Amino acid sequence: MLSTPTNKLLVLLLVMLTLLAAATSADEKQLSVYAPVATYALPIQERSGHEYVGLLELLEPLGRVSSEASTGRWRIRFNAIDAEFAPGKTRARVQGRVTDLTAPFLVENGRGLVSVASLGTLLPRFLGSAVSFHESARRLFIGNVAIRPSLQLVTEPQPHLVVSFGAAVNPTISTEPGKLRMLFKHDPVVGPETSTVSFDSKVITEASFSETNGVAELDIAAAIPLIASFNNNARTITISAAPSVASGNAAGQPAQAAAGTSVAAGTSGAAPPAAGNPTLTAPVPSAPAAVQQNVNRLLAVVDPAHGGDERGAALADNLAEKDVTLGFGRLLRHELEVRGFAVLLLRDGDNALGTDQRAGAANAAHAIVYISLHAVSQGTGAGVYTALLPVTGPNNGTFRAWNSAQASVLSVSRTVESAVASELGKKQFQVREEAASLRPLNNVAMPAIAVELAPGPNGLADLTSASYQQKAAAAIADGINSVRDRLVTQP
Amino acid sequence: MIPRALFITIAIMLVLVIALGFYFRRIQRQAYELEPAATAALPVTPPASGPTESVTLYVADDVAGGLRPQSAKIPLPGGRQQRAEELLRALLRIYQQPGAGHALAAASDIRSVYLVDPGVAVVDLNAAFADQHRSGIMVEQLTVNSLVETLAANVPGISRVSILVEGKPRETLAGHADLTQFFDVQTLAQGVSGQ
Repeated sequence: MLSTPTNKLLVLLLVMLTLLAAATSADEKQLSVYAPVATYALPIQERSGHEYVGLLELLEPLGRVSSEASTGRWRIRFNAIDAEFAPGKTRARVQGRVTDLTAPFLVENGRGLVSVASLGTLLPRFLGSAVSFHESARRLFIGNVAIRPSLQLVTEPQPHLVVSFGAAVNPTISTEPGKLRMLFKHDPVVGPETSTVSFDSKVITEASFSETNGVAELDIAAAIPLIASFNNNARTITISAAPSVASGNAAGQPAQAAAGTSVAAGTSGAAPPAAGNPTLTAPVPSAPAAVQQNVNRLLAVVDPAHGGDERGAALADNLAEKDVTLGFGRLLRHELEVRGFAVLLLRDGDNALGTDQRAGAANAAHAIVYISLHAVSQGTGAGVYTALLPVTGPNNGTFRAWNSAQASVLSVSRTVESAVASELGKKQFQVREEAASLRPLNNVAMPAIAVELAPGPNGLADLTSASYQQKAAAAIADGINSVRDRLVTQP
Repeated sequence: MIPRALFITIAIMLVLVIALGFYFRRIQRQAYELEPAATAALPVTPPASGPTESVTLYVADDVAGGLRPQSAKIPLPGGRQQRAEELLRALLRIYQQPGAGHALAAASDIRSVYLVDPGVAVVDLNAAFADQHRSGIMVEQLTVNSLVETLAANVPGISRVSILVEGKPRETLAGHADLTQFFDVQTLAQGVSGQ
């Protein structure tokens, strides 16, 4: 069938279109959103000279959202906030209050599009929290998430620049002659006090900050090739002379002032960019393989249970377990990242995943810990669970039996369980520790726990409360962080 | 131009499709009329009669998040299999009382308990037991633990328990407790006693 000239031409055309789409996608305009619960990027669409973004897609990672299109009206509900938009109009109502948009609201295939320039005034009405919008750079900061670096040039024994951040960062680092470039694609890094800082040094001369199309960039100008070292759980980056230069200039003195993960960045070429998996938001710098492996040892897998058609428990009339676990998972990701962990969130949307798929993904990631998240409407506080291993046959050589893959690390899992339960208890959660026959805990070949969040003193409302979830997520992250050494040294 | 033979064939096939459609619709309606009343209306099997015997039931308590042993005197038949079934039905009746500490749906029932191999018990639940069970790690695990512990405590020799629903394997009880594996009585007891 493919042998006819027409079909060959069609296939060729299809391939060319695919390549063209791939080539243009790299230059697509995007909006980067930084919030305590999630960091994500959305594509920008241009209509009649204005930039637009999908409102539903923008709000979805931040809470429970639903929309409804009817004749002449487009309604959206975000948590308990109702809003109404009229296609072609620049006036909208959010909780009954009139809000003016900078360009007409558009509805395309049921999707509501709002002008990007309106977001600075529109979003605070939905979120009830401060929103800082860097419009020209298309970077949106929700709440107090911005990370402002401080720069300090140290001249002795070797000149080096210490760039300190308030939280772990994961820039893509590259070099070109006379410059070391750090691109912050997923970090809410904002500029220092002044966009350009000059140093009184002949080695490292200047640092300049810029931001464009959802990405922040910090450039360090220097007269010699530089190396970047990550310290303090990726909260500090030290930039100094590359070893060969340093040894040549300083007669064998060590180039790096502090131990840490280093990123070699000679003038001959750029370091490879970080992996592009959208759900892996790891503070893993672009690094040589040996160093990268070392950093990956702090990888945690967070698994919001259920998803898609598999809704989990019906917690209330319109509240499914899958929705609570997703929000809870995003918060836990943030809390772990703040503590220096790289996090693989197995589900970052309403998609279905089988338990075997979840276990497979976790095992393939070679993480140090796996946390499955559940929610329940009965009881109070939280339950922390480890696997109740089924009766299975013996392992076959180096291959572990799938249904008892957890067996060899169960004792470490119980250590994690106790640590997490202890931290939850410190935060006034009523905690239970049990073993449960819950998949995929027994299929996971790393320390694994499940946490089931139950309502607190305010009843069911707690399950959707960001502060309640945040408190639980912080306790879980504290618990895991407290046994970090035990996790890293496990066989 | 469509050949005459092809035209006739298509016409015959269309007539057949329409006729089969009517036939299936009729069969479907008959099947619907033959369906029994809603599952929820199924009666719970009445308790056996005869001389009573003292047993220990392991009763789940949602508030405490565990099992508590409860002595009971219930009529038990002589056979091991029937004895196991009556034990679990006695347990169920506790959960179906108003204000039970671990409520199960009124239509929940034990279809059968099979002692198929030395040491192995297979508990067959009815559909309502699983379909109307509350969903959650703890509540589901408590139900499983309660069934297994009660069986193991009162029917000597049981070391492993499998749970079926309507005679078929089922992935989970109500979204969480894994029913695809055998429950090892010893392992489960260790888990229940706080590991």
